[in-house]
Amino acid sequence: MPGLFIDVEVHDSVGDDVELAKKLEEVCPVDIFKATPGGLEIREEQLDECVLCELCLEPAPPGTVRVVKLYDGTALERT
Amino acid sequence: MRFYEYEAREIVKRAGIPVTDFGFATSATEARAIAERIGGPAVIKSQVLTGGRMKAGGVRFADTPDEAEQHAEAILALEIGGHMPRGVLVDPKAQVKQEYYAGVVWDGTRKRPLMLFSDMGGIDIEQVAEEHPGHVGRGHYSNLLPFPDYQAKQVIAAAGVTGSALNRLTPILARLARLFRERDMTLAEINPLAQLGDGSFVALDAHMEMENEGMPRQQALLAELGIGADEGTREGHEPSPFEAAVKAIDAADHRGVIQGKDTGFHGNLGLVIGAGGGSLTLTDAVRGHGGRPANYSEIGGNPSVAKACGLAKAVLRKDGVEKIAVMMSIVSNTRVDIVARGVIKACLELDKDPAETIAIFRIPGAWEEEGSKILDRYGVDYCDRSVSMHEAAGRAVAKIQGAAA
Ligand code: SF4
Repeated sequence: MPGLFIDVEVHDSVGDDVELAKKLEEVCPVDIFKATPGGLEIREEQLDECVLCELCLEPAPPGTVRVVKLYDGTALERT
Repeated sequence: MRFYEYEAREIVKRAGIPVTDFGFATSATEARAIAERIGGPAVIKSQVLTGGRMKAGGVRFADTPDEAEQHAEAILALEIGGHMPRGVLVDPKAQVKQEYYAGVVWDGTRKRPLMLFSDMGGIDIEQVAEEHPGHVGRGHYSNLLPFPDYQAKQVIAAAGVTGSALNRLTPILARLARLFRERDMTLAEINPLAQLGDGSFVALDAHMEMENEGMPRQQALLAELGIGADEGTREGHEPSPFEAAVKAIDAADHRGVIQGKDTGFHGNLGLVIGAGGGSLTLTDAVRGHGGRPANYSEIGGNPSVAKACGLAKAVLRKDGVEKIAVMMSIVSNTRVDIVARGVIKACLELDKDPAETIAIFRIPGAWEEEGSKILDRYGVDYCDRSVSMHEAAGRAVAKIQGAAA
């Protein structure tokens, strides 16, 4: 089930980056990212738990991970 | 956590306070054996975690072991206030010259233990305080500094006790005060504390309640008393389905804390309240405005969205709940956006319109701005700390009463 309040978008260019996936899984305090052998999985049931900490923005190349606040249409992203 | 009388007496005894040569029995035969050991008149007392034992026939006097056995058999089969006894306490019948009261209770306002002493024991201390205030001595003491006996002496003297009785009672109250602190009690009471014919003092009944959070620290004592972890806190009543549901949600997720109680609440306004003693104040404020709370609740410590949602859902599912008021006290550090997400999600998952269902959302807390955006998005009526808790409660009540009109 997608989030009511939060969505996380990951650009296709890093979707199969296993190292990045592991990093994202490690940093997210609410387990939204899951590293798989094929790359990255977003655990949709966890999306609304996002605490907007921005830790997932740091390890990814600018603009490749966006945390979208569905309630106001803005997003957190590294530029 | 509550203790049976036989356990409370054992705790008192271990603290060095004189007790009678009592025994605990789970069968009539055991009760007889104890009465034989006592070798004289005995009192047989039902061991239940409820009051009204005497009135219900749960306390009986026996002159012989035969009688003690018969009484024990009857008492063991006697239900009192919905409770079956754990066993019976067999106590020598004491020749009492005078009954006193000694107690220590946690004073939540002063955040200190409070000693109470009276030379009118055997009845409720509340009644004595009301009818004979001059017979009650009181005194707070530090929860940190060593406890000096003279503080106990002052309290006893304030109840009008003098002479050798004062000297003999001082170490008893002092030991009770230390026991209270060392054993993490919220209530430690000896009533009656009896003066016998020879001038000595003995605890004839004891009542102890331990801070639930203190139980892990007191594991050794609890184990020695034969109290297993499976007994929990022995709450005075069976948790309602709402209370059990909230407890399960809280236990399933370590983030934040939620609590919910609804015993005695039958209203139509569900409450989700957070932080800094706000729960009692706000529940009272709702009542003060003529509202009917459906529950008491607490949320804090930054729970997950799922936990906030779980609490709100449990409240909304209660029979008779029409609306929910979400109100945070001014000192809340819990994130407003997380609670807002949880409560709105609960409404939506129960097919309710958050704008209609949430009577008021008083938002003081962390991340207020983000919380406001979420509440705006769903059209929820909210206010900030410029609206007092009392006013916020009034707005919620007006809304639910307006809806009913
Ligand atoms: S902002 Fe924080 S909580 Fe949200 S997805 Fe990124 S790391 Fe996880």
